[in-house]
Amino acid sequence: MAEERSHMVTGRSGRFLHGLKIVVLFILALLFLLPFYVIFRNAFTSSEAFVAAEWTWLPDNLDFSVLRDLFSDTDLNLPAAMLHSAIQAVGQTLLTVLVSFMAGYGLARFPNKAATVVLRLTVLTLMVPTAVTFVPSFIMTTRFGWIDSYRGLIIPMMFSAFATYMFRQSLLEFPHELEEAANLDGANPWTTMWRIVVPNSKGIIAAVTTITFIGAWNSFLWPLLVARDNTMTIQLTLSRFMTSQGVNYPKLFAGALVAIVPVVIVFLVLQRYLVQGLETSGMD
Amino acid sequence: MSSSTLSKPPPRSFWQRVRGRQGRNLWFALFVAPFLIGLLIFVCIPIIWSAYLSFFDARATLSPTTFVGFANYQNLLTDPLFRKSMLVFIVFAVFIVPLTYVCSLALALALNNVGTLRAFFRSSFFIPTACSYVVAAMVWRLSFFNGARFGLVNSLLRKVGGSNIDWLSGVGYWYWIALVSLRLWLQVGYYMILLIAGLNRIPTDTYEAAAIDGAGRWATLRHVTLPQLRAVSAAVLMLLLIGAFQAFDEFYNLLSSSGTYPPYARPPLVHLYLISVGGADQDLGMGGAGTVIVTGIIVLFGLAQNWLVTGQERREKKAITPTAQDRREEVSHG
Repeated sequence: MAEERSHMVTGRSGRFLHGLKIVVLFILALLFLLPFYVIFRNAFTSSEAFVAAEWTWLPDNLDFSVLRDLFSDTDLNLPAAMLHSAIQAVGQTLLTVLVSFMAGYGLARFPNKAATVVLRLTVLTLMVPTAVTFVPSFIMTTRFGWIDSYRGLIIPMMFSAFATYMFRQSLLEFPHELEEAANLDGANPWTTMWRIVVPNSKGIIAAVTTITFIGAWNSFLWPLLVARDNTMTIQLTLSRFMTSQGVNYPKLFAGALVAIVPVVIVFLVLQRYLVQGLETSGMD
Repeated sequence: MSSSTLSKPPPRSFWQRVRGRQGRNLWFALFVAPFLIGLLIFVCIPIIWSAYLSFFDARATLSPTTFVGFANYQNLLTDPLFRKSMLVFIVFAVFIVPLTYVCSLALALALNNVGTLRAFFRSSFFIPTACSYVVAAMVWRLSFFNGARFGLVNSLLRKVGGSNIDWLSGVGYWYWIALVSLRLWLQVGYYMILLIAGLNRIPTDTYEAAAIDGAGRWATLRHVTLPQLRAVSAAVLMLLLIGAFQAFDEFYNLLSSSGTYPPYARPPLVHLYLISVGGADQDLGMGGAGTVIVTGIIVLFGLAQNWLVTGQERREKKAITPTAQDRREEVSHG
């Protein structure tokens, strides 16, 4: 009896706590979404309202000519920056996924001594990523004469230990039977990979693609070192205008809005795969 | 042995097996080579090269000739700005690592039985992952923590009777609030997902057993959930620590102006950038020495983490050993 009663009390207080939790989570969710709203609000606020003493929540300049002005501004040169970023991010993503999928497949399917060594090296590289090795990588890229080129932006960044590790972990669980059936039909490992393994690994491919694309599109330090006028990316353009004097704030935030739209779309479309990918093979 | 090969007549299958075995190695090489070569050229060799450069006077040159021994290391380790950068890292890590972990875990636990709103909450906390540090820094620097009267936080402060704070100018330590909150916003969702994954892997019957034993919320959390999450937690804490060590984007974008960076709040990576590439000095020898020191520290972190977690992993591996099974299959084939 006593136990039942205590259960009922926890039940009732549990329901109260549950409601409280939902309210707190809801406020937190709004706080997390606030920066996105502020970008929108800033982009469509007039300069006067932006620097007014009283903070206004609603934009006072909801006019899409803001975006037209933004794209025709030759100082900012946004269309070029978007193009450079698109080429860099898409190129880096495709190459990373291709190279890492092959490596992950090789590591998962042909476990030999060499694979153990490569896997160790990969895990070690996971811990010492490019952010730390930027000085030596920069020296290397300068030596190759790749400064201010897509080669310089993409190639040194496309060998991702993280992507390879994710693919390897996921492909370890790929059902052997499917591949064996293909082998019996006389397919070699290369065709097996393309015809059997790739089409059945869409989830993990989508996850790695999303992570790589977001990282590439948002990358800052490496483009800061390598990109010049011909390859100036969107993040660099925004950063340069933000840290310079006499900025037109609304225009800058309109630029930010344009810069986050592609990633947010990719993110929202592929979020399900991203979560699944991280949940099944992110960490082990 | 020979009788068995004779009794299985087709020599073709024997050749296939040999070719298969050799072929396997060739196929392995084909699949892994592009990645391995790239990793060697763009990660491993550069580290070795910068270690080499670190013993030379390499100011504004890639082909140094003056061997200086450990002078670069000595200069760097006695450089007050570099020492201060280590202090900046420690302060940053002390805040950001536990805070991100606790917040991510709290959100992961809170989302466990929320019902229909779960997807909305999860997306809301996760979506900052898609935002770049540059754009986040714009919002933080120009709107939230703008030192002028039109900054959002300053506006709110005045409403409750406070006065404007010059957040990012280095007066006081207010800039830490901006730095830490920005990184927290960007990262909490990502680690929340990793921890949710860890939570999902805890077998439900352990919870049932705990419930039968009459364990309450806190007891279950302390004695069931947290111990079962140990491996994931260790990995997350490690990632957070390494991430904090490599912080660059938010510091640079929140604090630098017109290409110059103030002397305060200079984390190791920003300092390395300024002395070797981005500043006036272009001292690649010093940058090389810094790379070696930083890499060494990260490897130490890694070894420490490895030492802490291996015990746990070995216990887990005892339960199921698919790799051992694979090996046995290979042996029987070969």
